[in-house]
Amino acid sequence: MEIDPFIFRLSIFILSIFVGYYVVWSVTPSLHTPLMSVTNAISSVIIVGAIIAALAGASETTFETSNIFGFLAITLAAVNIFGGFLVTQRMLQMYKKKKK
Amino acid sequence: MSANLSAFFYLISGILFILALRGLSSPETSRQGNYFGIAGMIISIIVTFLSVGNFGQGFVYVLIFLLIGGAIGAVIAFKIPMTAMPELVAGFHSLVGLAAVFVAISAFLKPEAFNLGVVGNIKLASLIEMSLGAAIGAITFSGSIIAFLKLRGIMSGAPITFKGQHILNLILGLTIIFLIYYLCLSQSANIFWTTVLISFLVGVLLIIPIGGADMPVVISMLNSYSGWAAAGIGFTLENTALIITGALVGSSGAILSYIMCKGMNRSFFNVILGGWGVTDQSAGSAVKEQKPVKNGNADDAAFLMKNASSVIIVPGYGMAVAQAQHALREMVDALKKNGVKVSYAIHPVAGRMPGHMNVLLAEANVPYDEVFELEEINNDFANCDVAYVIGANDVTNPVAKSDPQSPIYGMPVLDVEKSKSVLFVKRSLSPGYAGIDNDLFYRDNTLMLFADAKKMTEEIVKSL
Repeated sequence: MEIDPFIFRLSIFILSIFVGYYVVWSVTPSLHTPLMSVTNAISSVIIVGAIIAALAGASETTFETSNIFGFLAITLAAVNIFGGFLVTQRMLQMYKKKKK
Repeated sequence: MSANLSAFFYLISGILFILALRGLSSPETSRQGNYFGIAGMIISIIVTFLSVGNFGQGFVYVLIFLLIGGAIGAVIAFKIPMTAMPELVAGFHSLVGLAAVFVAISAFLKPEAFNLGVVGNIKLASLIEMSLGAAIGAITFSGSIIAFLKLRGIMSGAPITFKGQHILNLILGLTIIFLIYYLCLSQSANIFWTTVLISFLVGVLLIIPIGGADMPVVISMLNSYSGWAAAGIGFTLENTALIITGALVGSSGAILSYIMCKGMNRSFFNVILGGWGVTDQSAGSAVKEQKPVKNGNADDAAFLMKNASSVIIVPGYGMAVAQAQHALREMVDALKKNGVKVSYAIHPVAGRMPGHMNVLLAEANVPYDEVFELEEINNDFANCDVAYVIGANDVTNPVAKSDPQSPIYGMPVLDVEKSKSVLFVKRSLSPGYAGIDNDLFYRDNTLMLFADAKKMTEEIVKSL
């Protein structure tokens, strides 16, 4: 009997939760705010779905309802991607060691 | 691009995202980590364009919208003051949530584009995944909006509670599950829309009973939700990058919520159900007897600290509100010139989000190796001459260790009272968020400095 591909995705999901668990516990508490902003940025990889949604269908029907939702989602996710990574970078630049 | 090849690249993106979080284990590796994250994102986006393979008119529009959103995001990222980070993060969470809802709606309206079947006959598993993704996304969106409004001060930070609130939430939660079940049977668009609408409502109802000082838990929790929503959509789209990221973000937010709850010695449910700290302050102050406090000014404080050999600074939310971090750094510089050893003590729930104080101090150019967490520094108070408490209150209250009747009993606190003298910068004697009087105000070795945190610190700098 063949294994449903869903089971593979579920395995990836569960293993990733474990990876996340151990990786996040090793994050130093002083970087918890950048952690939140960077997780924010990477969860915007949902833009992948938004792009598929926006480009679905023939080219003469660029703005069907489903495409419009796709374009809206692209805009929201893009705000997050640029905003999230840039603000994280800005914060991380500020963490400096004592000058010896 | 073939499906297998793109799946492989999505896996690489997922790994880069893991490395991005891994980098945050120390400030030195963190910047590199951020670049890994950016690389992962770029790979994901390019691979998606190649696998869709539609470079017509639509592609141009996609780029336009991408750039519009990106420009808005970039402007926000550069303009935002560091004190506003909590509301910014809440706002970003709401966008992820709403994007998840929009993608789910789009997939429901046009399942062919995602290989999920046809309208009216969407694959069962996909239907469950997309409706769960949409529901969690909607809760994340409206919940984050409420958190944003509360943090921004547009909405009062006071908990909003009413009778039967928890039962209503429970009923609505069960309704969502029932609707998703019914949706699977009927494939009806109306049911899908109703599910989304009720989820928006649940998000609002979940966050309104939670008070301002519990915001660190709320933000972490919404962070976690945004991850689970992304994972739900990832399953729908059969996209590994999205599944991995969703799981990472989901567990990251959950761990942060746990750390924040532990910092307050409260259970997660206790925070979520809300209503803590709803004390009638006017009634409380009427009965309270007048206890004597020692009142000092900037010169007294400057004298005490100048002659100390070690000073520990305890910042709290009040420092963020007063934007006092730069003045504080100047004060510390002046003290260091006098040969005083200075360090900073940060309580896990100081401020309005995890790590809030650390970012503000970093912004003021405080080296991160002078900043310590509660467990690292708590024993040092006994050997320190002056503790300078600026904008913190409940996290220093010794009652948490002595009075089992107190609502904050058992919460880990900074042992400020063990230092030889305590300088407490505060605007008035009013109790903190928990509504509990702080015994520390009336101790013999405490000098109260009644003023705005920034003004007082600036005055101290002048008299140093």
